[in-house]
Amino acid sequence: MAEHDTGESHRSQAKSIVGASPLSQVLLAAAAPLGAFLFSLIASAIVLIAAGGNPLEAVADMLTHASKLEVQVSMINRATPLYISGVAAAIGFKMNLFNIGVEGQYRMAAIFAAYVGGAVVLPSVLHIGLIVLAAMVIGGLWGGLAGLLYTHRGVNEVIGTIMLNGVALGVIAWLVRRWQAEGAITEVGVGTEPIADSGLLPNLNFIPELFGDLRANEELTGVLVIAIIVGIAYYLLLNRTVFGYDLRASGLNPFAARAGGVPPRKMALTAMLLSGSVAGLVGLAEIFDKGRYDPNFVGFLGFNGIAVALLGRNNPVGIAVGALLWAFLDATSDILQVTQTAPKEIIDIMRGIILLTVVIGYEVVRRVRERTEAARTAARLAEATP
Amino acid sequence: MALAIELSGVTKRFPGVVANDKVDLAVETGEIHAICGENGAGKSTLMKILFGMQNPDEGTVRVHGEEVQFSSPADAIGRGIGMVHQHFMLADQLNVLENVILGAEPLASFGRIDFKAAKKHLRKVGEAYGLDVDPHDLVESLEVGERQRVEIIKVLYRGAKILILDEPTAVLVPHEVDELFRNMRELKAAGETILFIDHKLDEVLEIADTITVLRQGRTVATVKPTAVSSGDLAEMMVGAELPTPQTSRSTVTTEVALSISGLTVLDEDNRRVVDDVDLEVRRGEIVGLAGVEGNGQTELVGAIIGTQPTASGSIRLLNVEIADQTVRKRRNAGVGYIPQDRQQEGLLLFAPLWENAALGHQTKPPFANGRWFDRFGARERTEAIRGWFDVRTPDIEVTANALSGGNQQKLIVGRELTAKPKVLIAAHPTRGIDVGAQAAVWDDIRAARAEGMGTLLISADLEELIGLSDTIVVIHKGKLTATVDPASITARQLGSYMTGTDQDLPQPTHAGKTADNRNREDSTARDNG
Ligand SMILES: Nc1ncnc2c1ncn2[C@@H]1O[C@H](COP(=O)(O)OP(=O)(O)OP(=O)(O)O)[C@@H](O)[C@H]1O
Ligand SMILES: [Mg+2]
Repeated sequence: MAEHDTGESHRSQAKSIVGASPLSQVLLAAAAPLGAFLFSLIASAIVLIAAGGNPLEAVADMLTHASKLEVQVSMINRATPLYISGVAAAIGFKMNLFNIGVEGQYRMAAIFAAYVGGAVVLPSVLHIGLIVLAAMVIGGLWGGLAGLLYTHRGVNEVIGTIMLNGVALGVIAWLVRRWQAEGAITEVGVGTEPIADSGLLPNLNFIPELFGDLRANEELTGVLVIAIIVGIAYYLLLNRTVFGYDLRASGLNPFAARAGGVPPRKMALTAMLLSGSVAGLVGLAEIFDKGRYDPNFVGFLGFNGIAVALLGRNNPVGIAVGALLWAFLDATSDILQVTQTAPKEIIDIMRGIILLTVVIGYEVVRRVRERTEAARTAARLAEATP
Repeated sequence: MALAIELSGVTKRFPGVVANDKVDLAVETGEIHAICGENGAGKSTLMKILFGMQNPDEGTVRVHGEEVQFSSPADAIGRGIGMVHQHFMLADQLNVLENVILGAEPLASFGRIDFKAAKKHLRKVGEAYGLDVDPHDLVESLEVGERQRVEIIKVLYRGAKILILDEPTAVLVPHEVDELFRNMRELKAAGETILFIDHKLDEVLEIADTITVLRQGRTVATVKPTAVSSGDLAEMMVGAELPTPQTSRSTVTTEVALSISGLTVLDEDNRRVVDDVDLEVRRGEIVGLAGVEGNGQTELVGAIIGTQPTASGSIRLLNVEIADQTVRKRRNAGVGYIPQDRQQEGLLLFAPLWENAALGHQTKPPFANGRWFDRFGARERTEAIRGWFDVRTPDIEVTANALSGGNQQKLIVGRELTAKPKVLIAAHPTRGIDVGAQAAVWDDIRAARAEGMGTLLISADLEELIGLSDTIVVIHKGKLTATVDPASITARQLGSYMTGTDQDLPQPTHAGKTADNRNREDSTARDNG
């Protein structure tokens, strides 16, 4: 008789398996990146000891540093563009496209947006909106170009975007000189015409000020709001719309998606357009901060965005965790230079180790999850079968 | 006799299911041992454990009397065990030789691959077991039967003495099955031990020396084929008597559901893989398309679905031209599709079942609400499919790859039928589905037919083709070469038509059961003569 009981109980108890204890689910999900972080701490501590340093002191320095309000603000400022960049990369990843071109896309977008913003004076909302729009359009076009090369010329998207990164740098070097603000070299250095105050996104200083006083030049970037909107939009688009379903289906199995009515080319092109237009937003924080584009414009946000997307497994919350972790390392690498407790290269070593171990971490978590669920089933079945 | 394999008390749990529950299995050296059981009974899982792909939670595995613990297939291969999977695992873009040596490349100096030695070894293996393949053929260009031979050779090449074949006959037409069985007997004569899984019980009775039946993860019986009938086997598998399939009566109407004329598809070398095909499917009619795989069926189906560009011809769905429409438009207009390869074209293996249930129907209710994906509706529909089509799963949140092969197939069949298509393109709809569920799927297709669905049925299972179809057309080298009446043809005769050796056969009837109300569009029959 047991056989039949078992058959029934499979099903009747199934419901609860997935819904099992949401807290432990969240902990398990965060376990991989945090575990990787801890492991990288240990590994780099060993490296430090080998090099004759004192890891405990270094960690203590990092932590005391990170406990300061202005450092936390600066961490969020750094994490904001990284997050947007991570989302841009993730959109490509979801479609199985490796968009390495976020780098070129955001820089192109930034110089155009800064130029457009500097060329006009408008009521604030319109002015800011125009800058944001310009950034998205140019980023989208640059990403879309790589998409077109891929869908219509068969150029692999990795090659295409790398190539376009190079082209972008060249174009920008030329544009910077061409669009250089007149006679500005003396006062503000080389760069595009400064954007009038009406075009600068207000900061969010009122938030940190709830917790204490900020130093004179510290600001919490207003782009944080845009990043949050991007994150929510990314989640909704991907998980709640038919378009997002199509995109994910295409990424998971292009043949099945095609038979299910998803045109692969159109999807690839749209994904690149979308990824590019989000990439376009990456440079905004810097534009609103400096009020212009100059040759010292922040670089490597695109590449770091890829790392952050990997770290967060393309999940909107995961990417945020990754971006904050990256920003934490960034912010604390500065202090190591000051205190001299460790060379700041140790931070790069840690990043490398984190990226490598997080992959393993996710696999371990997957297995642990599977094992515990299987064990839970077994226990239930044992209960149910007398 | 010495035991090649002895499993005792093997248990394997997955989230929500116990796939194997204290299974015992003893396989003698040099025998052909069949494993039977319903979809989801745990057959593939047991074989994967034996092949080192899964670790058992409990129990012991003995190979030639020695207890082993495999941590990967490499260990199993080291012990002389080889496996051909339910879903083939060949690299399409590589040739036969490259596929065979993949992962076991003989090396020459400087780490180069020694292709010469590989080829020699391959030839030797092929000759020893009477299997022949051309090492230079691109796998992409092979027919299923040949692909399977490549899979088997691949395993033998690695020196396997124990062979595991998971549903090897599911994709084969009868003469290919005969060929496979001939190969299996030769392998056995050469001292190999063979374990195989099969849902076609007559085949099992024909080839097996011993049969073990699994039910819900447990061994229920080990029997000799001489001592049981296929009915007995089926009863052991399901623990109840088989449902008798409904007797069918014609529901063919005069209204044309799908009409194809002058359809031609060219391949890359401009050969006519579908050659001026005219075909009509009426509402309430099932038209069987018989043919050896690789004669243009795939391209014809692709052309109807819209994934295959056509050179010329018209395709009309309920009198509306669809040949120039997108796949999505066609599917939304009522073209249902059961692909021949469920994992390649039918599923998102790493997405949950409820997302899989939406595939191909994602723009319409209950899966969509305008531009929004309706998760609630999708889940509800999936639960309905699960209940109605008996998809065995602990939960609809699991990913599709956690389903057994037959249950994946049932999910696809359920997805297409519940969408109530006007025309269903069904390629091997019951591939990998167990006997009981197969009868149920046939009933479901017949019920949909009675409601006016037109069906184009492709199947390697000629009994299915004859039993289900109202009319059968034969495709050979891209042309429709005959129209036959399923009521007056045997599987063997049909097989002869399919291979184009129909000279000595009686003239095929140009008309099916419904000849009278047919305005003979499909007069291309026998235009090869
Ligand atoms: N990777 C997996 N994760 C979770 N569950 C699994 C996994 N593989 C198999 N199962 C479950 O284990 C059970 C047995 O599956 P298995 O594939 O062994 O069945 P089977 O007898 O081969 O069936 P079929 O005839 O349909 O191929 C099924 O309920 C299936 O859902
Ligand atoms: Mg199976």
